[in-house]
This record gives sequence, C-alpha cells and structure tokens, in this order.
Amino acid sequence: MIKFENVTKAYPDGTVAVDGLNLEAPTGKLTILVGPSGCGKTTSLRMINRLIEPTSGTIYLDDQPTSGMDAALLRRRIGYVIQHAGLFPHKTIVDNVSTMPVLLGESRQKARTKALELMERVGLPASFAKRYPWQLSGGQQQRVGVARALASDPAFMLMDEPFSAVDPVVRGQLQEEFLRLQREIGKTIIMVTHDIDEALKLGDQVAVMRVGGKLAQMASPSELLTSPADEFVADFVGRDRGYRSLGFTKTAGTVAIGEEAVVQLGASADEARAKASGAWVLVVDGGRKPLGWAQPELLNGEVKRENLNLSGIPAAASGTMRQLLDAALSSPSRRGVVVNEHGELIGTVTATDVVKAIEAEPHLETAR
Amino acid sequence: MNFEWLGRQFDNIVFLLGWHVLLAVTPLILGLLIALPLGWWAHRSRRIYPLLVGVAGLLYTVPSLALFVLLPLVLGTKILDPLNIVAALTVYTVALLVRVVADALDSVPEDTVQAAKAMGYRGYQSLVKVELPVGVPVICAGLRVAAVSNVSLVSVAALLGIPQLGSLFTQGFQLRFYTPIIAGIVLCVVLAMILDGLIILLNRWLTPWTPKVVAS
Repeated sequence: MIKFENVTKAYPDGTVAVDGLNLEAPTGKLTILVGPSGCGKTTSLRMINRLIEPTSGTIYLDDQPTSGMDAALLRRRIGYVIQHAGLFPHKTIVDNVSTMPVLLGESRQKARTKALELMERVGLPASFAKRYPWQLSGGQQQRVGVARALASDPAFMLMDEPFSAVDPVVRGQLQEEFLRLQREIGKTIIMVTHDIDEALKLGDQVAVMRVGGKLAQMASPSELLTSPADEFVADFVGRDRGYRSLGFTKTAGTVAIGEEAVVQLGASADEARAKASGAWVLVVDGGRKPLGWAQPELLNGEVKRENLNLSGIPAAASGTMRQLLDAALSSPSRRGVVVNEHGELIGTVTATDVVKAIEAEPHLETAR
Repeated sequence: MNFEWLGRQFDNIVFLLGWHVLLAVTPLILGLLIALPLGWWAHRSRRIYPLLVGVAGLLYTVPSLALFVLLPLVLGTKILDPLNIVAALTVYTVALLVRVVADALDSVPEDTVQAAKAMGYRGYQSLVKVELPVGVPVICAGLRVAAVSNVSLVSVAALLGIPQLGSLFTQGFQLRFYTPIIAGIVLCVVLAMILDGLIILLNRWLTPWTPKVVAS
C-alpha cells in the first residue's frame, strides 16, 4: 500500500504543485493519477520515490513513512517506468534489465539469467539481449523499460506516462499486454497519465486531479463515468459517458441471444438464400467460427471469401454490454454475432435486445 | 633533402621524438585527470560553469612561450627543467577539457540520468557507471583537439633549449639547412595523426554502443 497523508509540494516562488493530497493506493491494485497538465500528478508520483521531496505531509510505503529512509535504498524497492523508457544507451538490453538486481548485490550472471526470463515475459525475443537501445523501436524500448522495472521483483511500481510516446496501435498492444501481466504479478502500482481513456481502461481505481494539485475524485472507472463528483470531473471524463460506462457492465446472461442459421464457405447460392433471414446470411468455417455476412441476392454461384462483409465485430458472451451493443450496431444485418471463449458462434443479438436488458436492470453489476 | 644527414642523425632524431611524445602525452593525461572533477563541478552548478569555462578560455590565450618562461618563477623550477613544459601544457589541456567534460556530462539525456537516480544509483555511482561512460564520445572529441594542440605546442619549447622535435627547427634555422626542418614537420604531423588515431580507437573500444556511423 502507498499512502499520501496531507502531502503538499510548494516551490519557493509560491507555486503550489500539490496541495494537501490524501490518497491510498491499495496493495496489488493499479491506481491511476490523471488530470490536465499542471495538476501535479507527476510531482505526486516523484515524491513517492523522493525524486522530489514533499514540502509537508507524509508518504507511507506499507505504513512506513518514506521520509526517514535512505533515498537510494527506498528507490531500489520501487520499480520505475518513464515516458521515453530512459534506457541506459551504453548498456545492452540484458544489462539494462539487470540494473536493479545488480545494484541490490546479485551476481551479474544470475541477474542476466533472470533478465532473459523477464524479456520473454514482456514479449521481447532473446535475440535482443545483446543489442543496444538505439537498435530498438520506441515500443520495444518501452517493453525493456517495463522489464527493467520488474527485474528486482519490487512490490511497488511507479509509471510516468509509460505508453504515451508510442503510436496508438503499439500503445493499445502495450496496454493490453500490461493488463495481462499485472493480472499475473499483482504489483501495487501508481501510474500517471493525461489520457482519461487509458486511465479508464487500465485503472482499478482512478484519481482525477485538478490544476493546483488537488484531488477532484477518486473512484473506480465505472463510478467516474456514472457518478462524476463535479462538473470538472464530468467534463474531464468527457463525452459518451453513458455509452462508455456500458464497457464496465457485464452482460452476465441478461441479454436474449437468438439462434442464427448459418452456411459454410462454398455453400450454394440457393442454400444461402434458404438460410438467410432478411437480406443477410452468416457464414462460418468448419469449426463454427464466424467469418462474415453474405447477401444471397448478390451471390454468383457459391459463397466465396470475397463475398463476405467483414464490418461486424463479434462479441464474447462473457464480455460487456458495450461490446454486445457494438456487435449489433456494427453488423450489416444489425444482428450482432456472439461467440464463446473459443470464438465459436453461440447466436446473435439485436441492439433492441441489448437495450432492453440495460433498461431492465438499471443497476447492473459492474465489471470491476 | 639530405638523406645521408638523416641517416647519421637517426639516433638523435629518435631521442628527440621520444621526448616529444613524453612532453605531449603526459600533460594530456594529467590535464584530463584534473579536468574531470572541474568539469563535473561546472556541470553541476550553473553559476560555476561560466566562471570556470571563462577562466579556462582566458588561460588558453596566454602565449605558450610566456608561460614556459613564467612557470619556473611560480613552481621554483629551473628554466631548463622539462617539468615547466609539462606543467604549461597541462594548464592548456585543462583549459580545453574543462568545458569538454562539462558539455559531455550535459550531453547525457535527462531521461537517462533520471532513470539512474530512480533505479537507486547514488550520485557517484550514477557519475561513474552512467554519466561518464555515456559522455565518452564528447570527451574523446575534446581529447583529440587537445592532443594535436599539445604536439604542436611542445615544439615551442625548443626556444628554451629543451630537447624535442622542435629542436630540429632551431637547428635548421641556425644552419640554414632545410633537411632537419622538413624532418621535424613530417614527424610532428605523423605523431599528431597517430595520437589522433589512437584516441579514435580508444573511443571506439569504450563505446561499442553508439550507432554505427562513419567516425569523423
């Protein structure tokens, strides 16, 4: 657990970066500090490992105040990831990852063996071990940054805009992988970001800060969307709050899933016409995995891949209301494809079905 | 060119070359050792930087001959003592390298320094294990300038009668005989090129991590 108690950072020129911050980041959870620039989120983060010293107030690490600790020893207990990775340009990737264990007195040999395991864990091939940072792309460097922070298996991790310097596609991948990793390792993490979508996607709890270094609201992502504390939070969380909050509502079997007649690739136009409901028929492969929608009227001979409309996004039956609704809205037939955990077809839903389920249970259980 | 003369003088020329190397390289090493802490100080303090770099620049403008003559008064050495030359050239090397070391440390990316601190490196560990190694290319570039400058400055000491390749110049002028002059110039140039090449090799050996581009 990381706890801020009345923490203030004021500079000699009178600017107050952080103003009486009280906050608790629970053990094993990912807490996100989010807010516009100048809200003191990065200052708050850096006060935890004392890269910046608080003017007043106390920060506790598992109930021990950090102020009395040796700063270097304190920092060695905390993994740290920054925006541009900040790798050591003169060290190979494997030595970059080994940094903290070696500092903590482990033998280089042992540290390297562990570093190689960690590299694999964050999705870096072993062939990168002997390379230098400049030989890696921004996204790969960021993976090294995460591996380096995890190398000494610290209980705590601080992440300062870890995914913001890479392009959106890579960012999405890194976020997904990081979530998966965190589910396995369960570190106590505080992450700073200016991107509210990232905060809502990754955070177990999100602290919204306002300019002047005050905490505006601390809540779970779904709570932020459904009950923002004030106008500032509502505004910062942004548009489409109702729709986005569905992303935190599990479907949990409340939506009626209809049967859908299907044809396989290579089926005749006649069969497709017979099975079709309305203008469209769903096409699956031999393992009942949905491939796309075809219009029998336009078919010329049998059903081929090039006849398929691929605009629909299948939703998992275990997914959220948002995914289910999106499946329906994105499908050309307006029937959303629902699949099981193996990607095999269960049936289809319409937007009406989903909305009915939402209306029937206004207080659906939230996803997290 | 009188090659017969060169043949007869071979032993003497090698002796002069040896002294030249000693008088040029010793101050280079001493100067670097002194410039490292001074440069670090200039890098650390924004107020000290202009002061140190300014004083260093001023020192460099003192004519070498004047320094060779004045140093015995300061050091209490004899005017013909080669130590004067070593001390004078050390001053010039420090003057050149203080700025170089400060700039080398400044060249280390802020993210890297921050990361080192946040990983739990103490100040001196970060300096020795991260900042200096990353600053090596800049330091080596400065060393190359200082090395070449030292090789040429040493020859001025011939006017004081301290043996090194410059002695060939004075000898040639006195005898109105060009062979020693040409031999001296060629050897000075070759020596400068060899020192330069050695520093390039040293840089390459210390920085296997830099992007592979053609060394300038």
